[in-house]
Parts: sequence; C-alpha cells; structure tokens
Amino acid sequence: MDNQTNKITANPKSLKYFYDFHKLMEQSEIIMVYAGEFSQALTKTLLSFTERKFNVEKLEDNVKRKIYNIMVEMLQNISKNALDNDHAITGNSPIFMIGESSDFYFLISSNKISNLNIPALKNRIDEVNSLDSEGLKQLYKEVRINGSFSKVGGAGIGVIDMARKSENALVYEFVRLNDEFSMYSLLIRVSRNV
Amino acid sequence: MLKELNIVGTEDTPGIIFDSQKNVFELSGRSLPEDVVSFYKPVIEWLDELEKNPIENLEFSFKLDYFNTASSKLILDILLKVNDIFSDGTPMKIKWHFLAMDKDLEEAGEEFSELVEVPFELVAY
Repeated sequence: MDNQTNKITANPKSLKYFYDFHKLMEQSEIIMVYAGEFSQALTKTLLSFTERKFNVEKLEDNVKRKIYNIMVEMLQNISKNALDNDHAITGNSPIFMIGESSDFYFLISSNKISNLNIPALKNRIDEVNSLDSEGLKQLYKEVRINGSFSKVGGAGIGVIDMARKSENALVYEFVRLNDEFSMYSLLIRVSRNV
Repeated sequence: MLKELNIVGTEDTPGIIFDSQKNVFELSGRSLPEDVVSFYKPVIEWLDELEKNPIENLEFSFKLDYFNTASSKLILDILLKVNDIFSDGTPMKIKWHFLAMDKDLEEAGEEFSELVEVPFELVAY
C-alpha cells in the first residue's frame, strides 16, 4: 500500500487530494486556518485579514469587535507561550482557526503546554464557565489588580476577558503527548446575533 | 520643564503625546504591543518625572479604540500613578473617550473610574 496517496501532499499523479482538502474546509465551515510559527507580525497579519473579510461581509460592529478581541488574546497567548521546541515534534505545532456556523462564529486554538500548567488553567476555565457576566466582571477586576500578567502559564486575565467577550461557555481539551507536554485546545464561540 | 513625549501610533501600538507646552496629554489608537512593559516604560518614567515636577489642572485624555488585557494592566498602572499625584494635592483630571456604540470600551472606562479618586469623565463620541 502506498501511504503517500492517503496524504494531501504534492502527489504527482493527481491534485484531487488538494481539491478534496478544499471541499473539507468548506464543509467544516472554516474561514481561515493557520498552523506553524506564531509571532506578533503574524498576529497583525491575521487580524487585518479577518477585519477586511468581516468588513466586506458587513458584520455587526459589536460582533466584529468581540471576534477581534478574542483573536488578539488567543494569538498572543500562542506566540507568548510558544515553546522553543514546538516544531521538533511533527504534528504538534500550534494551530489557529476561525469558522462560522449558522448560529456562531467560532475560534479554535491548539498549542503545546507544559503539563505543570494544566491544573491552574483547567481551574481557571472551569471557574470562568461557572460565572455569569457580573461574576466575570468582578473576577476580571480582581485579577487585574492582583495578578501578574507577565506570568507565563495561561491562567491569567486573558481567559476571563475572552469569556466576557464570548458570552458562551469556553470549551477546552487537553491531550497528553508525554510526561512533559500536552496539547491544549480551546474553542470559543461568538453568537451571530448579539 | 517636563520633556515632551511623542510616540507615533502604529497598527498595534497607541500614539502618545505628552506635551506640556501645547497642554496635550493624550493616548490614542490601538494597544496590543508584543511587550507591554517595555512599550509603556517611557510613559511610566514620564509620570515619575511629573510626580517630581507636578503641573496643576493637567487633563489626560484616553482615546483608545482597542486594548488587549496586557495593556489593560498597564493602563491601570498609569491611572494609579496619576491618582497618586492627584492624592498628593495636584488637581488633575482624566477624560475617557469611547465610541458611543462601543459598550465594552464604555464599561472598561467605568471599571477604571471605580478604581481611582481623580476626577474621571466618560465622553462618548
């Protein structure tokens, strides 16, 4: 069996796989997907791409602002927490995507984190999901006053802010890679009509 | 005499003008720098100087369209610094401008205003 034919790679025999890949993206309601190296320059590029697209599509201003806010926090979280050896393990490079369904715009990020950071992050997201908007506001104010934003570990203020902007529960998953690292995936939804 | 601080805005950093001759003290635009601490260092240093050489009735204007959470922490540091100078007996004022439709920025202004004693005016445009 030729493994190569199962992959969407530069197959000299056919470009059908590329076409299938494109179809899969469309069926999955994906607007944009980026995997690889994340940086501030890339963050700016993805933001301006998304802003242009949503301006053309005439999204409501508050929906655009919410998506923009969440994108910044997600993308900067990935680039700030990028581990030096992110690319050393194939298939575990960070990924970001944005898509749309009939009810929501959705933003998904997935990046490698140290297993040591999981408990605090998990607690923070569970806490955030248990709060209403007033509770989130109080938590945000408390963490901004007391928290150290420079601390890498992802349990900071970004998650609270994203939850406030999203107005939907955050969905997360940790997939263990080895004793040291896991993949951390986060799905954030913004309702189309807010 | 306080030195003029003039930082030209970019797509991810705000424009900042602190000019005591023209009596303009303003932050405007978007704030999502890669490194907030180093970006805002000159602002904090300028405020340290102001504390030593206070100017009465100075009015700080915030005209930001957007700021990320890391910037929010630094904006709070700036406001607390201004508040300290005010509390030491120098009258001053904060004006927080926001686009009338932008509820998040309005709420952010309200939240900041609750944390300081210095007169804080919310201005919709």
